Amino acid sequence: MKNQPVPWAVEAEGLVKVFGENRAVDGVDLRVAAGSIYGVLGPNGAGKTTTLSMLATLLRPDGGRARVFGHDVVAEPHVVRQLLGVTGQAASVDEKLSATENLVIFGRLLGLSWKASRAKSAELLEAFGLTEAANRPLANFSGGMRRRLDLAASLIAQPPLIFLDEPTTGLDPRTRSQMWDTIRDLVATGSTVLLTTQYLDEADQLADRIAVIDHGRVVAEGTPDELKASVGTASLHLEPASPSDTPRVLAAIDTVLGVRATVTAEGARVTAPMADPGRVTDLLVALRAADVHLAGLSVQKPTLDEVFLTITGAGAPVPDQEVAA
Amino acid sequence: MTAITAVDQRVLNPHPSLAQALRDTFTMAWRALLRVRRTPEQWADVVLQPILFTVMFAFLFGGAIAGDVQTYLPALIPGILVQSVITTSVVTGVQLREDMDTGVFDRFRTLPIARIAPLSGALLTDTLRYAIATAMTFAVGAAIGYRPGGGLVGVVLAGLLVVVCSWALSWIFAFVGVLARSATTVQAMSFMVLFPLTFLSNAFVPTETLPTWLRWFADLNPVSHLITGVRELANTGQVGADVGWALLGAAVVVAIFAPLTVRAYMRKA
Ligand SMILES: Nc1ncnc2c1ncn2[C@@H]1O[C@H](COP(=O)(O)OP(=O)(O)OP(=O)(O)O)[C@@H](O)[C@H]1O
Ligand SMILES: [Mg+2]
Repeated sequence: MKNQPVPWAVEAEGLVKVFGENRAVDGVDLRVAAGSIYGVLGPNGAGKTTTLSMLATLLRPDGGRARVFGHDVVAEPHVVRQLLGVTGQAASVDEKLSATENLVIFGRLLGLSWKASRAKSAELLEAFGLTEAANRPLANFSGGMRRRLDLAASLIAQPPLIFLDEPTTGLDPRTRSQMWDTIRDLVATGSTVLLTTQYLDEADQLADRIAVIDHGRVVAEGTPDELKASVGTASLHLEPASPSDTPRVLAAIDTVLGVRATVTAEGARVTAPMADPGRVTDLLVALRAADVHLAGLSVQKPTLDEVFLTITGAGAPVPDQEVAA
Repeated sequence: MTAITAVDQRVLNPHPSLAQALRDTFTMAWRALLRVRRTPEQWADVVLQPILFTVMFAFLFGGAIAGDVQTYLPALIPGILVQSVITTSVVTGVQLREDMDTGVFDRFRTLPIARIAPLSGALLTDTLRYAIATAMTFAVGAAIGYRPGGGLVGVVLAGLLVVVCSWALSWIFAFVGVLARSATTVQAMSFMVLFPLTFLSNAFVPTETLPTWLRWFADLNPVSHLITGVRELANTGQVGADVGWALLGAAVVVAIFAPLTVRAYMRKA
């Protein structure tokens, strides 16, 4: 069976998954162009894994539909599985086998001959820097090694579409940037990558387009630039010494920076998108002139929290990451 | 890394073929064997249990039931054999449950393989376990003085009968394994099926010595027919009616539990 070229690697319309009372995924639409990296960004429990599981034929959607290269995930799961490589959030390799044994078995299950499976697994172990550990039991693999082996296992059949569920969570900065390079290489060979992440920074670095999801819904979608434009490249946090000064701080931000600032629920902190750090001086001069005293001042790179704050008007449950104080 | 094949250049199969299902089954069985190499204690039961049970029961009951150990062996060895091998088949369910709970199962579910392969592979490897347990029991029996009258052919046929029937029974435990919440539950539930089935039979004592109600159950128990069949084959080399009853019972169990297990398994897998 040959199929016509299709522009969309993934097309999902109104996907729904309900666990009991919990609408874990509540009408997600996604369109992933073939040959691109698409990032799904969201906090813990947003429904990222659940969405991916439905696209990967692991979970049956309770509503909506999804196609992978034009093949329906419910009607043609076996075809979809032939087009997919999945690296889940938890390592999905056999702990009781060695790295080579794992890959050879997956190779056999994917239809390779014994010889081809062995060759492929040697090639992948080499590419992922695991050759030395090839015959050691996985029990004493580090988290990063396990993650790489898991990704290697997803690439045996050279699938045109690869799902990566939080591929860099728990990796050290160096291993993380290696993982980023690997992902870019994959796309260079013609694959399409759909990845999830909790880090805006990561989505920004890798993805051609990003969908921000929260409580099972897509709350924003666009290129990283479009998303960042809505939150600013960095944000300015001001803490007036007296909360009664808050309105005057907001007014000063409006006149000097020309942007609308938001106030945290407690009213103690004012946050404003900041396009040009040079303008902060002007703002501080204006505040001094208005006799407003500040208890604290910091500049932060936009965090997922701010994306949510700006897009939904409500904070996401992620801790602040102080970048500069 | 080399460039990937474009989607429109790929040959995509709408369903796994029967040939693929067989191939995947053998790959899964191979995987189970590799795992044994790393964790040999998993197979301690098939090697140690027959030794322990045979020696223990022979010397414990031999004098009381048959007058002496030698006279007891022709009746005991087939009983022990059936009991050990069936006990071994419980492990099918326990291991299946454990395996389904590990991360690697999630990957199997995303691969374009025959869905049934992890289950059929497990059941295939288990026949090897039964064969080993069978050989062990006969070997230990021979070492303590059992001389089967049926000769080598009788013993081999008896062994085959036990393997086939245990394989059939393992579908029951596989069913429990697929449905149960945890491996411990499987173990507990399976032993509740197993103990009455193996002990309330003619495995260790002639059923004539039992109270009427128990004797009624023991005589009906398919395990008793299996044991009688094995005794006939091993001790006389004759194929009696009980062999037929045992095989019929095995066929019925498979006919009921194979579809149930496969259906439950596919729903979860
Ligand atoms: N099998 C399940 N049964 C019941 N509830 C579930 C199940 N899987 C997920 N959920 C719930 O669905 C919601 C979404 O979970 P999901 O795992 O998709 O989130 P996520 O975005 O991947 O989060 P994380 O960043 O923590 O991985 C959560 O509230 C979770 O508790
Ligand atoms: Mg997740």
